Amino acid sequence: MKQFLSFVKKEFLHIFRDLRTMLLLLGMPIMQILLFGFAITTEVKNSKVAVYDPSKSIASRKIIERVNSSRYFEVAKYLNDPAEIEHEFREGEIGLIIVFDENFETNLFHSGNGHVQLIADATDPNTATAVTNYARSIIMDYQQDLMQGMKVPFQILPDVKMLYNPQMRDAYNFVPGVLGLIMMLICAMMTSIAIVREKEMGTMEVLLVSPLKPIYIILAKAVPYFMLSCVNTVSVLLLAVYVLGVPVAGSLFWLVVLSILFVFVALSLGLLVSTVTQTQMAAMLISGMIFMMPIMLLSGMIFPVENMPLPLQFLSNIIPAKWYIIAVKDIMIKGTGVSSIYKELIILGSMVVIIVSISLKNFKNRLE
Amino acid sequence: MIKFLLEKEFKQIFRNKFLPRTILMFPVMVLLVFPLAANFEIKNINLCVVDNDHSDYSNQLVQKVISSGYYKLTSIAGNSKKALNQIEMDEADIILEIPANFEKDLVREQAAHLLISANSVNGTKGGLGSAYLTGIVTDFSSEVREKWVQSVASAKFPAIEIISQNRFNPHLSYKIYMIPALMVMVLTMLCGFLPALNIVGEKEAGTMEQINVTPIPKFVFILSKLLPYWIMGFAVLTIAFGVAFLVYGLIPAGSLGTIYFFAALYILGISGFGLVISNYSNTMQQAMFVMYFFMLILILMSGLFTPVNSMAEWAQYITVFNPLKYFMQVMRLVYLKGSGITELGTQFIALFCFALFFNLWAILNYRKTV
Repeated sequence: MKQFLSFVKKEFLHIFRDLRTMLLLLGMPIMQILLFGFAITTEVKNSKVAVYDPSKSIASRKIIERVNSSRYFEVAKYLNDPAEIEHEFREGEIGLIIVFDENFETNLFHSGNGHVQLIADATDPNTATAVTNYARSIIMDYQQDLMQGMKVPFQILPDVKMLYNPQMRDAYNFVPGVLGLIMMLICAMMTSIAIVREKEMGTMEVLLVSPLKPIYIILAKAVPYFMLSCVNTVSVLLLAVYVLGVPVAGSLFWLVVLSILFVFVALSLGLLVSTVTQTQMAAMLISGMIFMMPIMLLSGMIFPVENMPLPLQFLSNIIPAKWYIIAVKDIMIKGTGVSSIYKELIILGSMVVIIVSISLKNFKNRLE
Repeated sequence: MIKFLLEKEFKQIFRNKFLPRTILMFPVMVLLVFPLAANFEIKNINLCVVDNDHSDYSNQLVQKVISSGYYKLTSIAGNSKKALNQIEMDEADIILEIPANFEKDLVREQAAHLLISANSVNGTKGGLGSAYLTGIVTDFSSEVREKWVQSVASAKFPAIEIISQNRFNPHLSYKIYMIPALMVMVLTMLCGFLPALNIVGEKEAGTMEQINVTPIPKFVFILSKLLPYWIMGFAVLTIAFGVAFLVYGLIPAGSLGTIYFFAALYILGISGFGLVISNYSNTMQQAMFVMYFFMLILILMSGLFTPVNSMAEWAQYITVFNPLKYFMQVMRLVYLKGSGITELGTQFIALFCFALFFNLWAILNYRKTV
């Protein structure tokens, strides 16, 4: 045990002495949370709008005012000629152009049909849909107000309730993903690099002839990274709760259990990589290409899994982070009990068993 | 002198087992896989219906919702508790709950309520899903109104007819939006990471010392490191154009010349950035980590996945210093909308400054003495 502890101490010294890497390791989660919390959002706000209004009427001006005062839009330009529309879009600033009819007001009040055209820059489809919907509802509101006094028959009034995330903040969706990404980065990538580095530098030989059993050497390597990821998990959770305002709705205990289980999966993956690679470069590329990229893309962290074609959906099942993210969303954001994540716990658990047994089989006591 | 240095660089690239393959395969792989996975399109929203009314109108409404094509009816729950359970299990995304007496209220009281509950852990999905559903319900109510009001009287309401038009991407395809931006990502990864590893590689291998004792001036040395990646960038971009055309049938709306012109500036800038980092690093691992750190920030803040306009205000100020943002804009504007150079003045100035800044930095900072 004493021998083991001195090995752990050696590993800690390795980490502490490389100040730049350590700062990156501790700073990365904070950066990512801030980035994902504030920068990465698909919410539409202050979208720039141009208006072409040949009618120059009171009604159209009232609509423009309403559009401008909503938090989604900012009227940036008034066009004088419909030919300018194309040019405006090509400059890329304007997301939506509202075009009124020449006789908008007369048509509106006399024949009961004023025409408004909403031309959206649909290169980004989601923003276009959202912007069009918001503008439409602002105009409909105006129309509704005009009709006050007249009672409109046969109305259906939908009461909309947003469950779990009433303000529709994107951070709720990203925090579990960031947790998964960081643990993968620290545990899998760093552990594998740390082990392979000893091989590359030739110091592995020295360690293997020491009286400590080889498996303990590997375990000693994993301990500091395990601790580091615990520190990072805590800092991510604190930032998420106190800076981003994402609540921990469910049980904190099970969230911790789940995270520790996921750290074990990541550590065992790192171990597996270190048994099959010989150089740091290869270890880095494998962890980067096989772990990080798929987590960003396929785990459902940014892009919803159900939108993907079936082969990719199928592939996403072998990504541990996917299960972790689903379970964290259940516990942390929806606040459901442990019974809803049995499936994910079992899947992650069996992943640990499988990966560890494969890497133990691959693990060699001798260097060729 | 530069000729020999370039010969050396190209020989090193082509003798490497790994590099030429990466240059060829990486753009192809990214353009084949990413657009499939990187998809924010909201479709197949799982709908759970709780119909407490079981009337003609409630049936019609449910039918109308299903036939809209946005929703997949996954279950009909007996009560709202069961429906909520479905959302907790992630089997449903949105609940449409029609209260008892829905039809009676609608006909007699002229107004009926119903409840829409959306799972908005994913805010975009919840928001768009409930917005569509509200729209369908409103449509339904005006259909009902028309049917009744025609027979009652010709009461005229001031109505606004809204016609919406989606320019440049009428089918609202996310792939078309992503492909030009993904090309930028590919260029950045290859032309940023590889130069960053290059000089450090020479440092680690010890060959840097040998170059330092030759009479090669700093400027020529840095130039010889830049030019191969510049040429490589053009090759990568051309491959990417080919893939976009062959696989997705996407042709740039603007001129290829404009794209190559801006690409030339951009690659110079981003390779210069890579060289600066490699000047400051001692080992490949360090260079890799620092580069990874910056790349993550630059890519996430470039507007690749989420629009820059939606970011917090302070974040938007930071993006002013993000070269990726400008080139991403150029690619999307030229590829999808056909903008010309005159409309891209800001981007030109920005990219020009970045290229100048990073390369000057790389040259000035490079020391022959270690």
